[in-house]
Amino acid sequence: MSPQPRLLHVLNILSALLLAAGTLMVFWYAPVERVMGAVQKLFYFHVATAWVGMIGFIIAAVVAILYLVTKDLKWDAINVAAVEISLVFFFIAIVLGSIWARPAWGTWWTWEPRLTTAAILEMIYLAYLLLRQGIEDPERRARFGAVYTIFGGLSVPLTFVSIRLFRTIHPVIIGAGGSEKMNMTGDMVVTMLFNIAVFSVIFITLFWHRIRLGQFAEQVERRKLQLTH
Amino acid sequence: MSTSYLRAILAVTWKDLTAELRSRELLSAMLVFSVLVLLIFYFALELDVQTRSEITAGALWVTFAFAGTLGLNRSMAIEKDRGCLDGLLLVPVDRSAIYFGKALSNLAFMLAVEAIVLPLYSIMYNVNLFYPGLLGVTLLGSVGYTAVGTLLSAMSVQTRTRDVLLPILLFPVIIPVFVAAVKASGGFLNGAEWSEIIPWVNILLVYDVIFIAVAFMVFDFVIEE
Repeated sequence: MSPQPRLLHVLNILSALLLAAGTLMVFWYAPVERVMGAVQKLFYFHVATAWVGMIGFIIAAVVAILYLVTKDLKWDAINVAAVEISLVFFFIAIVLGSIWARPAWGTWWTWEPRLTTAAILEMIYLAYLLLRQGIEDPERRARFGAVYTIFGGLSVPLTFVSIRLFRTIHPVIIGAGGSEKMNMTGDMVVTMLFNIAVFSVIFITLFWHRIRLGQFAEQVERRKLQLTH
Repeated sequence: MSTSYLRAILAVTWKDLTAELRSRELLSAMLVFSVLVLLIFYFALELDVQTRSEITAGALWVTFAFAGTLGLNRSMAIEKDRGCLDGLLLVPVDRSAIYFGKALSNLAFMLAVEAIVLPLYSIMYNVNLFYPGLLGVTLLGSVGYTAVGTLLSAMSVQTRTRDVLLPILLFPVIIPVFVAAVKASGGFLNGAEWSEIIPWVNILLVYDVIFIAVAFMVFDFVIEE
Protein backbone atom coordinates (compact mmCIF):
# COMPACT_ATOMS: atom_id res chain seq x y z
CA MET A 1 0.00 0.00 0.00
CA SER A 2 1.42 3.29 -1.09
CA PRO A 3 1.47 6.28 1.26
CA GLN A 4 -0.55 9.38 0.39
CA PRO A 5 1.05 11.36 -2.44
CA ARG A 6 2.32 14.81 -1.46
CA LEU A 7 -0.28 16.59 -3.58
CA LEU A 8 -3.04 14.80 -1.68
CA HIS A 9 -1.53 16.02 1.61
CA VAL A 10 -1.58 19.54 0.26
CA LEU A 11 -5.19 19.10 -0.82
CA ASN A 12 -6.18 17.84 2.64
CA ILE A 13 -4.87 20.95 4.28
CA LEU A 14 -6.12 23.23 1.53
CA SER A 15 -9.65 21.80 1.83
CA ALA A 16 -9.74 22.45 5.58
CA LEU A 17 -8.42 25.99 5.20
CA LEU A 18 -10.78 26.81 2.35
CA LEU A 19 -13.77 25.41 4.22
CA ALA A 20 -12.91 27.65 7.17
CA ALA A 21 -12.45 30.64 4.85
CA GLY A 22 -15.71 29.93 3.03
CA THR A 23 -17.60 29.64 6.30
CA LEU A 24 -16.11 32.88 7.62
CA MET A 25 -17.08 34.58 4.38
CA VAL A 26 -20.65 33.38 4.67
CA PHE A 27 -20.97 34.67 8.20
CA TRP A 28 -18.93 37.87 8.12
CA TYR A 29 -18.56 39.01 4.53
CA ALA A 30 -21.95 38.28 2.96
CA PRO A 31 -24.68 40.64 4.11
CA VAL A 32 -27.76 39.41 5.93
CA GLU A 33 -30.60 39.06 3.46
CA ARG A 34 -33.30 41.63 4.10
CA VAL A 35 -36.39 39.47 3.76
CA MET A 36 -35.26 36.03 4.87
CA GLY A 37 -32.67 37.01 7.44
CA ALA A 38 -29.90 34.79 8.71
CA VAL A 39 -31.39 31.54 7.44
CA GLN A 40 -30.57 32.63 3.91
CA LYS A 41 -26.90 31.95 4.72
CA LEU A 42 -27.63 28.25 4.35
CA PHE A 43 -28.14 28.95 0.68
CA TYR A 44 -24.38 29.25 0.01
CA PHE A 45 -23.71 25.76 1.36
CA HIS A 46 -26.85 24.43 -0.25
CA VAL A 47 -25.81 25.55 -3.72
CA ALA A 48 -22.22 24.39 -3.21
CA THR A 49 -23.15 20.90 -1.97
CA ALA A 50 -25.74 20.47 -4.71
CA TRP A 51 -23.06 21.48 -7.22
CA VAL A 52 -20.72 18.80 -5.90
CA GLY A 53 -23.53 16.25 -6.06
CA MET A 54 -24.16 17.23 -9.66
CA ILE A 55 -20.48 16.84 -10.65
CA GLY A 56 -20.41 13.42 -9.02
CA PHE A 57 -23.54 12.41 -10.91
CA ILE A 58 -22.09 13.43 -14.28
CA ILE A 59 -18.70 11.82 -13.62
CA ALA A 60 -20.41 8.57 -12.57
CA ALA A 61 -22.37 8.40 -15.83
CA VAL A 62 -19.35 9.14 -18.03
CA VAL A 63 -17.13 6.69 -16.17
CA ALA A 64 -19.79 3.97 -16.41
CA ILE A 65 -19.62 4.17 -20.20
CA LEU A 66 -15.82 4.15 -20.08
CA TYR A 67 -15.90 1.02 -17.96
CA LEU A 68 -18.18 -0.86 -20.34
CA VAL A 69 -15.98 0.14 -23.27
CA THR A 70 -12.58 -0.61 -21.71
CA LYS A 71 -13.44 -3.23 -19.04
CA ASP A 72 -10.74 -1.71 -16.85
CA LEU A 73 -11.62 -2.05 -13.14
CA LYS A 74 -10.01 1.29 -12.34
CA TRP A 75 -13.07 3.00 -13.89
CA ASP A 76 -15.26 0.98 -11.57
CA ALA A 77 -13.41 2.30 -8.52
CA ILE A 78 -13.96 5.83 -9.86
CA ASN A 79 -17.63 5.06 -10.52
CA VAL A 80 -18.30 3.97 -6.92
CA ALA A 81 -16.36 6.93 -5.58
CA ALA A 82 -18.39 9.39 -7.66
CA VAL A 83 -21.71 7.80 -6.70
CA GLU A 84 -20.94 7.69 -2.99
CA ILE A 85 -19.76 11.29 -2.84
CA SER A 86 -22.70 12.46 -4.90
CA LEU A 87 -25.07 10.53 -2.61
CA VAL A 88 -23.70 12.21 0.50
CA PHE A 89 -23.56 15.72 -0.93
CA PHE A 90 -27.04 15.58 -2.46
CA PHE A 91 -28.28 14.40 0.90
CA ILE A 92 -26.61 17.37 2.62
CA ALA A 93 -28.08 19.68 -0.02
CA ILE A 94 -31.58 18.28 0.54
CA VAL A 95 -31.31 18.59 4.33
CA LEU A 96 -29.98 22.15 4.10
CA GLY A 97 -32.69 23.05 1.61
CA SER A 98 -35.26 21.59 3.94
CA ILE A 99 -34.02 23.63 6.90
CA TRP A 100 -34.11 26.72 4.73
CA ALA A 101 -37.55 25.93 3.34
CA ARG A 102 -39.15 25.68 6.77
CA PRO A 103 -38.97 29.43 7.55
CA ALA A 104 -38.91 30.58 3.91
CA TRP A 105 -41.77 28.52 2.46
CA GLY A 106 -43.38 27.45 5.75
CA THR A 107 -42.89 23.74 5.12
CA TRP A 108 -40.07 21.21 5.41
CA TRP A 109 -40.81 19.63 2.09
CA THR A 110 -42.48 20.67 -1.14
CA TRP A 111 -42.81 18.63 -4.28
CA GLU A 112 -40.71 21.09 -6.15
CA PRO A 113 -39.14 19.53 -9.30
CA ARG A 114 -35.51 19.91 -8.28
CA LEU A 115 -36.18 18.70 -4.76
CA THR A 116 -38.20 15.71 -5.91
CA THR A 117 -35.66 14.81 -8.58
CA ALA A 118 -32.83 14.99 -6.03
CA ALA A 119 -34.79 12.66 -3.74
CA ILE A 120 -35.38 10.17 -6.57
CA LEU A 121 -31.71 10.37 -7.49
CA GLU A 122 -30.85 9.43 -3.90
CA MET A 123 -33.09 6.38 -4.26
CA ILE A 124 -31.29 5.40 -7.47
CA TYR A 125 -27.95 5.68 -5.68
CA LEU A 126 -29.19 3.55 -2.79
CA ALA A 127 -30.49 0.95 -5.23
CA TYR A 128 -27.09 1.03 -6.93
CA LEU A 129 -25.34 0.31 -3.63
CA LEU A 130 -27.78 -2.50 -2.77
CA LEU A 131 -27.20 -3.99 -6.22
CA ARG A 132 -23.43 -3.99 -5.73
CA GLN A 133 -23.79 -5.46 -2.27
CA GLY A 134 -25.56 -8.51 -3.66
CA ILE A 135 -22.77 -9.47 -6.08
CA GLU A 136 -19.52 -11.10 -5.07
CA ASP A 137 -17.65 -11.33 -8.37
CA PRO A 138 -15.91 -7.93 -8.73
CA GLU A 139 -16.03 -7.99 -12.51
CA ARG A 140 -19.76 -8.64 -12.64
CA ARG A 141 -20.35 -6.13 -9.88
CA ALA A 142 -18.58 -3.53 -11.97
CA ARG A 143 -20.57 -4.39 -15.11
CA PHE A 144 -23.95 -4.28 -13.38
CA GLY A 145 -23.01 -1.12 -11.53
CA ALA A 146 -22.06 0.57 -14.79
CA VAL A 147 -25.25 -0.52 -16.56
CA TYR A 148 -27.40 0.69 -13.70
CA THR A 149 -25.54 4.01 -13.53
CA ILE A 150 -26.29 4.55 -17.22
CA PHE A 151 -29.98 3.80 -16.66
CA GLY A 152 -30.05 6.21 -13.75
CA GLY A 153 -28.17 8.86 -15.68
CA LEU A 154 -30.69 8.69 -18.52
CA SER A 155 -33.84 8.50 -16.46
CA VAL A 156 -33.08 11.36 -14.08
CA PRO A 157 -33.30 14.14 -16.71
CA LEU A 158 -36.59 12.64 -17.93
CA THR A 159 -37.83 12.46 -14.36
CA PHE A 160 -37.00 16.12 -13.93
CA VAL A 161 -38.84 17.08 -17.13
CA SER A 162 -41.90 15.05 -16.21
CA ILE A 163 -42.10 16.42 -12.68
CA ARG A 164 -41.69 19.95 -13.94
CA LEU A 165 -44.52 19.39 -16.39
CA PHE A 166 -46.54 17.80 -13.61
CA ARG A 167 -46.19 20.96 -11.60
CA THR A 168 -46.94 23.50 -14.29
CA ILE A 169 -50.29 21.85 -14.91
CA HIS A 170 -51.00 21.63 -11.18
CA PRO A 171 -49.38 24.70 -9.67
CA VAL A 172 -48.61 24.63 -5.97
CA ILE A 173 -48.85 27.97 -4.30
CA ILE A 174 -46.26 27.30 -1.64
CA GLY A 175 -42.79 27.88 -2.99
CA ALA A 176 -43.90 29.58 -6.19
CA GLY A 177 -41.01 31.82 -7.14
CA GLY A 178 -38.79 30.84 -4.26
CA SER A 179 -35.08 31.03 -4.68
CA GLU A 180 -35.21 32.24 -8.28
CA LYS A 181 -36.79 35.44 -7.10
CA MET A 182 -34.01 36.08 -4.64
CA ASN A 183 -32.13 39.22 -5.51
CA MET A 184 -28.48 38.88 -4.77
CA THR A 185 -26.05 41.69 -4.15
CA GLY A 186 -22.50 41.63 -5.50
CA ASP A 187 -20.90 40.32 -2.31
CA MET A 188 -23.53 37.59 -2.10
CA VAL A 189 -22.61 36.40 -5.58
CA VAL A 190 -18.91 36.48 -4.68
CA THR A 191 -19.57 34.44 -1.53
CA MET A 192 -21.62 31.94 -3.50
CA LEU A 193 -18.98 31.50 -6.20
CA PHE A 194 -16.23 31.24 -3.61
CA ASN A 195 -18.10 28.52 -1.77
CA ILE A 196 -18.74 26.63 -4.98
CA ALA A 197 -14.98 26.74 -5.60
CA VAL A 198 -14.31 25.62 -2.00
CA PHE A 199 -16.60 22.65 -2.28
CA SER A 200 -15.13 21.74 -5.65
CA VAL A 201 -11.72 21.44 -3.98
CA ILE A 202 -13.25 19.40 -1.17
CA PHE A 203 -14.86 17.22 -3.82
CA ILE A 204 -11.51 16.58 -5.52
CA THR A 205 -9.88 15.71 -2.20
CA LEU A 206 -12.63 13.33 -1.13
CA PHE A 207 -12.83 11.85 -4.58
CA TRP A 208 -9.12 11.07 -4.57
CA HIS A 209 -9.33 9.52 -1.09
CA ARG A 210 -12.33 7.40 -2.06
CA ILE A 211 -10.65 6.14 -5.24
CA ARG A 212 -7.58 5.16 -3.20
CA LEU A 213 -9.83 3.38 -0.74
CA GLY A 214 -11.43 1.50 -3.63
CA GLN A 215 -8.01 0.47 -4.90
CA PHE A 216 -6.98 -0.76 -1.45
CA ALA A 217 -10.21 -2.71 -1.07
CA GLU A 218 -9.50 -4.33 -4.42
CA GLN A 219 -5.97 -5.27 -3.32
CA VAL A 220 -7.29 -6.78 -0.10
CA GLU A 221 -9.87 -8.77 -2.03
CA ARG A 222 -7.21 -10.04 -4.42
CA ARG A 223 -4.88 -11.10 -1.60
CA LYS A 224 -7.72 -12.88 0.17
CA LEU A 225 -8.32 -14.86 -3.01
CA GLN A 226 -4.63 -15.73 -3.22
CA LEU A 227 -4.72 -17.02 0.34
CA THR A 228 -7.78 -19.17 -0.10
CA HIS A 229 -6.57 -20.82 -3.31
CA MET B 1 -32.49 -7.05 -39.61
CA SER B 2 -32.22 -10.52 -41.01
CA THR B 3 -35.02 -13.03 -40.85
CA SER B 4 -32.97 -15.39 -38.66
CA TYR B 5 -32.68 -12.65 -36.04
CA LEU B 6 -36.41 -12.07 -36.11
CA ARG B 7 -37.05 -15.78 -35.96
CA ALA B 8 -34.76 -16.07 -32.90
CA ILE B 9 -36.71 -13.34 -31.12
CA LEU B 10 -40.02 -14.97 -31.88
CA ALA B 11 -38.70 -18.38 -30.85
CA VAL B 12 -37.80 -17.07 -27.38
CA THR B 13 -41.18 -15.38 -27.06
CA TRP B 14 -42.97 -18.46 -28.31
CA LYS B 15 -41.12 -20.66 -25.82
CA ASP B 16 -42.26 -18.42 -22.95
CA LEU B 17 -45.84 -18.24 -24.12
CA THR B 18 -46.11 -22.00 -24.60
CA ALA B 19 -44.58 -22.67 -21.20
CA GLU B 20 -47.00 -20.22 -19.66
CA LEU B 21 -49.96 -21.69 -21.49
CA ARG B 22 -49.14 -25.07 -19.95
CA SER B 23 -48.26 -24.04 -16.40
CA ARG B 24 -50.28 -20.79 -16.06
CA GLU B 25 -48.29 -20.07 -12.92
CA LEU B 26 -47.13 -16.60 -13.90
CA LEU B 27 -50.36 -15.10 -15.21
CA SER B 28 -52.48 -16.57 -12.43
CA ALA B 29 -50.18 -15.13 -9.77
CA MET B 30 -50.16 -11.72 -11.44
CA LEU B 31 -53.93 -11.72 -11.82
CA VAL B 32 -54.78 -12.79 -8.30
CA PHE B 33 -52.30 -10.25 -7.00
CA SER B 34 -53.82 -7.47 -9.13
CA VAL B 35 -57.32 -8.20 -7.90
CA LEU B 36 -56.08 -8.16 -4.32
CA VAL B 37 -54.45 -4.79 -4.89
CA LEU B 38 -57.71 -3.43 -6.31
CA LEU B 39 -59.58 -4.69 -3.24
CA ILE B 40 -57.02 -3.17 -0.91
CA PHE B 41 -57.37 0.14 -2.72
CA TYR B 42 -61.08 0.07 -2.08
CA PHE B 43 -60.59 -0.21 1.66
CA ALA B 44 -57.50 1.96 1.90
CA LEU B 45 -58.81 4.89 -0.11
CA GLU B 46 -62.56 4.49 0.28
CA LEU B 47 -63.13 4.80 -3.41
CA ASP B 48 -66.42 6.65 -3.39
CA VAL B 49 -67.74 8.16 -6.58
CA GLN B 50 -65.98 11.45 -6.19
CA THR B 51 -62.53 10.17 -5.25
CA ARG B 52 -62.75 7.57 -7.97
CA SER B 53 -62.73 9.99 -10.87
CA GLU B 54 -59.55 11.59 -9.57
CA ILE B 55 -57.46 8.60 -8.64
CA THR B 56 -58.54 5.88 -11.05
CA ALA B 57 -55.48 6.36 -13.27
CA GLY B 58 -53.14 6.29 -10.29
CA ALA B 59 -54.75 3.21 -8.76
CA LEU B 60 -54.54 1.36 -12.06
CA TRP B 61 -50.89 2.15 -12.63
CA VAL B 62 -49.89 1.22 -9.10
CA THR B 63 -51.61 -2.12 -9.68
CA PHE B 64 -49.83 -2.66 -13.00
CA ALA B 65 -46.44 -1.68 -11.60
CA PHE B 66 -46.70 -4.03 -8.63
CA ALA B 67 -48.14 -6.95 -10.56
CA GLY B 68 -45.53 -6.32 -13.24
CA THR B 69 -42.59 -6.92 -10.91
CA LEU B 70 -44.08 -10.28 -9.92
CA GLY B 71 -44.17 -11.36 -13.54
CA LEU B 72 -40.73 -9.98 -14.43
CA ASN B 73 -39.11 -11.68 -11.47
CA ARG B 74 -40.71 -15.02 -12.15
CA SER B 75 -40.04 -14.95 -15.87
CA MET B 76 -36.30 -14.39 -15.36
CA ALA B 77 -36.03 -16.71 -12.34
CA ILE B 78 -37.34 -19.59 -14.45
CA GLU B 79 -34.52 -19.05 -16.94
CA LYS B 80 -31.90 -18.86 -14.23
CA ASP B 81 -33.02 -21.70 -11.97
CA ARG B 82 -33.40 -24.39 -14.56
CA GLY B 83 -30.27 -23.40 -16.44
CA CYS B 84 -32.29 -22.34 -19.47
CA LEU B 85 -30.36 -19.13 -19.78
CA ASP B 86 -27.09 -21.01 -20.29
CA GLY B 87 -28.80 -22.99 -23.03
CA LEU B 88 -30.08 -19.84 -24.66
CA LEU B 89 -26.62 -18.28 -24.54
CA LEU B 90 -25.20 -21.21 -26.51
CA VAL B 91 -27.48 -20.45 -29.44
CA PRO B 92 -25.47 -18.77 -32.20
CA VAL B 93 -27.59 -15.64 -32.58
CA ASP B 94 -26.97 -12.10 -31.43
CA ARG B 95 -27.70 -12.06 -27.71
CA SER B 96 -29.94 -9.05 -27.98
CA ALA B 97 -32.42 -11.43 -29.64
CA ILE B 98 -32.82 -13.10 -26.24
CA TYR B 99 -33.51 -9.71 -24.69
CA PHE B 100 -36.15 -8.79 -27.26
CA GLY B 101 -37.71 -12.23 -27.01
CA LYS B 102 -37.99 -12.02 -23.24
CA ALA B 103 -39.18 -8.42 -23.38
CA LEU B 104 -41.90 -9.35 -25.86
CA SER B 105 -43.19 -12.22 -23.75
CA ASN B 106 -43.08 -10.06 -20.62
CA LEU B 107 -45.04 -7.42 -22.51
CA ALA B 108 -47.56 -10.05 -23.56
CA PHE B 109 -48.07 -11.13 -19.92
CA MET B 110 -48.41 -7.56 -18.80
CA LEU B 111 -50.97 -6.78 -21.50
CA ALA B 112 -52.89 -9.94 -20.67
CA VAL B 113 -53.14 -8.86 -17.04
CA GLU B 114 -54.17 -5.36 -18.08
CA ALA B 115 -56.77 -6.76 -20.44
CA ILE B 116 -58.43 -8.42 -17.46
CA VAL B 117 -57.81 -5.78 -14.81
CA LEU B 118 -59.20 -2.89 -16.85
CA PRO B 119 -62.66 -4.40 -17.42
CA LEU B 120 -62.67 -5.71 -13.87
CA TYR B 121 -61.95 -2.27 -12.47
CA SER B 122 -64.58 -0.91 -14.79
CA ILE B 123 -67.17 -3.28 -13.33
CA MET B 124 -66.07 -3.09 -9.70
CA TYR B 125 -65.98 0.69 -9.55
CA ASN B 126 -68.47 1.49 -12.27
CA VAL B 127 -66.11 3.64 -14.30
CA ASN B 128 -65.96 3.56 -18.07
CA LEU B 129 -62.36 2.87 -19.06
CA PHE B 130 -62.83 2.17 -22.73
CA TYR B 131 -61.23 5.13 -24.38
CA PRO B 132 -58.92 4.28 -27.29
CA GLY B 133 -56.48 6.89 -25.99
CA LEU B 134 -56.34 5.25 -22.58
CA LEU B 135 -55.63 1.88 -24.14
CA GLY B 136 -52.88 3.43 -26.27
CA VAL B 137 -51.28 5.04 -23.24
CA THR B 138 -51.48 1.74 -21.37
CA LEU B 139 -49.64 0.08 -24.25
CA LEU B 140 -46.94 2.77 -24.41
CA GLY B 141 -46.44 2.69 -20.65
CA SER B 142 -46.24 -1.10 -20.59
CA VAL B 143 -43.66 -1.09 -23.38
CA GLY B 144 -41.38 1.23 -21.40
CA TYR B 145 -41.99 -0.69 -18.22
CA THR B 146 -41.14 -4.09 -19.69
CA ALA B 147 -38.20 -2.76 -21.74
CA VAL B 148 -36.47 -1.55 -18.58
CA GLY B 149 -37.91 -4.26 -16.33
CA THR B 150 -36.67 -7.14 -18.48
CA LEU B 151 -33.13 -5.83 -18.46
CA LEU B 152 -33.08 -5.05 -14.74
CA SER B 153 -34.64 -8.41 -13.87
CA ALA B 154 -31.86 -10.11 -15.86
CA MET B 155 -29.45 -8.33 -13.50
CA SER B 156 -31.35 -8.84 -10.27
CA VAL B 157 -31.72 -12.63 -10.69
CA GLN B 158 -27.95 -12.87 -10.76
CA THR B 159 -27.53 -11.24 -7.36
CA ARG B 160 -27.78 -12.69 -3.88
CA THR B 161 -30.90 -10.71 -2.93
CA ARG B 162 -32.74 -11.58 -6.18
CA ASP B 163 -36.50 -10.91 -6.13
CA VAL B 164 -36.24 -8.35 -3.36
CA LEU B 165 -33.96 -6.25 -5.49
CA LEU B 166 -36.01 -5.86 -8.67
CA PRO B 167 -38.61 -3.34 -7.46
CA ILE B 168 -35.87 -1.34 -5.73
CA LEU B 169 -33.88 -1.13 -8.96
CA LEU B 170 -36.87 -0.65 -11.22
CA PHE B 171 -39.13 1.88 -9.51
CA PRO B 172 -36.74 4.84 -9.27
CA VAL B 173 -35.84 4.63 -12.97
CA ILE B 174 -39.39 4.19 -14.28
CA ILE B 175 -40.77 7.25 -12.54
CA PRO B 176 -41.03 9.19 -15.83
CA VAL B 177 -43.19 6.37 -17.28
CA PHE B 178 -45.27 6.30 -14.17
CA VAL B 179 -45.87 10.05 -14.00
CA ALA B 180 -46.57 10.35 -17.72
CA ALA B 181 -48.83 7.29 -17.91
CA VAL B 182 -50.87 8.36 -14.89
CA LYS B 183 -51.29 11.92 -16.17
CA ALA B 184 -52.13 10.87 -19.71
CA SER B 185 -54.60 8.19 -18.58
CA GLY B 186 -56.16 10.64 -16.16
CA GLY B 187 -56.41 13.17 -18.98
CA PHE B 188 -58.33 10.75 -21.17
CA LEU B 189 -60.61 9.72 -18.29
CA ASN B 190 -61.47 13.28 -17.38
CA GLY B 191 -61.90 14.38 -20.97
CA ALA B 192 -58.97 16.78 -20.96
CA GLU B 193 -57.91 18.72 -24.05
CA TRP B 194 -55.61 16.89 -26.44
CA SER B 195 -53.03 19.66 -26.02
CA GLU B 196 -52.85 18.84 -22.31
CA ILE B 197 -52.32 15.15 -22.93
CA ILE B 198 -49.84 15.29 -25.79
CA PRO B 199 -46.77 16.29 -23.67
CA TRP B 200 -47.25 13.15 -21.57
CA VAL B 201 -47.59 10.94 -24.61
CA ASN B 202 -44.38 12.51 -25.92
CA ILE B 203 -42.54 11.69 -22.70
CA LEU B 204 -43.73 8.09 -22.94
CA LEU B 205 -42.56 7.84 -26.55
CA VAL B 206 -39.18 9.40 -25.81
CA TYR B 207 -38.68 7.14 -22.80
CA ASP B 208 -39.64 4.02 -24.76
CA VAL B 209 -37.30 4.82 -27.64
CA ILE B 210 -34.32 5.77 -25.45
CA PHE B 211 -34.60 2.83 -23.12
CA ILE B 212 -35.24 0.18 -25.74
CA ALA B 213 -32.14 1.45 -27.56
CA VAL B 214 -30.00 1.48 -24.41
CA ALA B 215 -31.22 -1.92 -23.26
CA PHE B 216 -30.36 -3.28 -26.71
CA MET B 217 -26.84 -1.87 -26.36
CA VAL B 218 -26.11 -3.03 -22.81
CA PHE B 219 -27.86 -6.42 -22.67
CA ASP B 220 -24.63 -8.16 -23.71
CA PHE B 221 -22.94 -6.84 -20.58
CA VAL B 222 -25.71 -8.13 -18.36
CA ILE B 223 -25.66 -11.79 -19.39
CA GLU B 224 -21.97 -12.13 -20.21
CA GLU B 225 -20.51 -15.12 -18.39
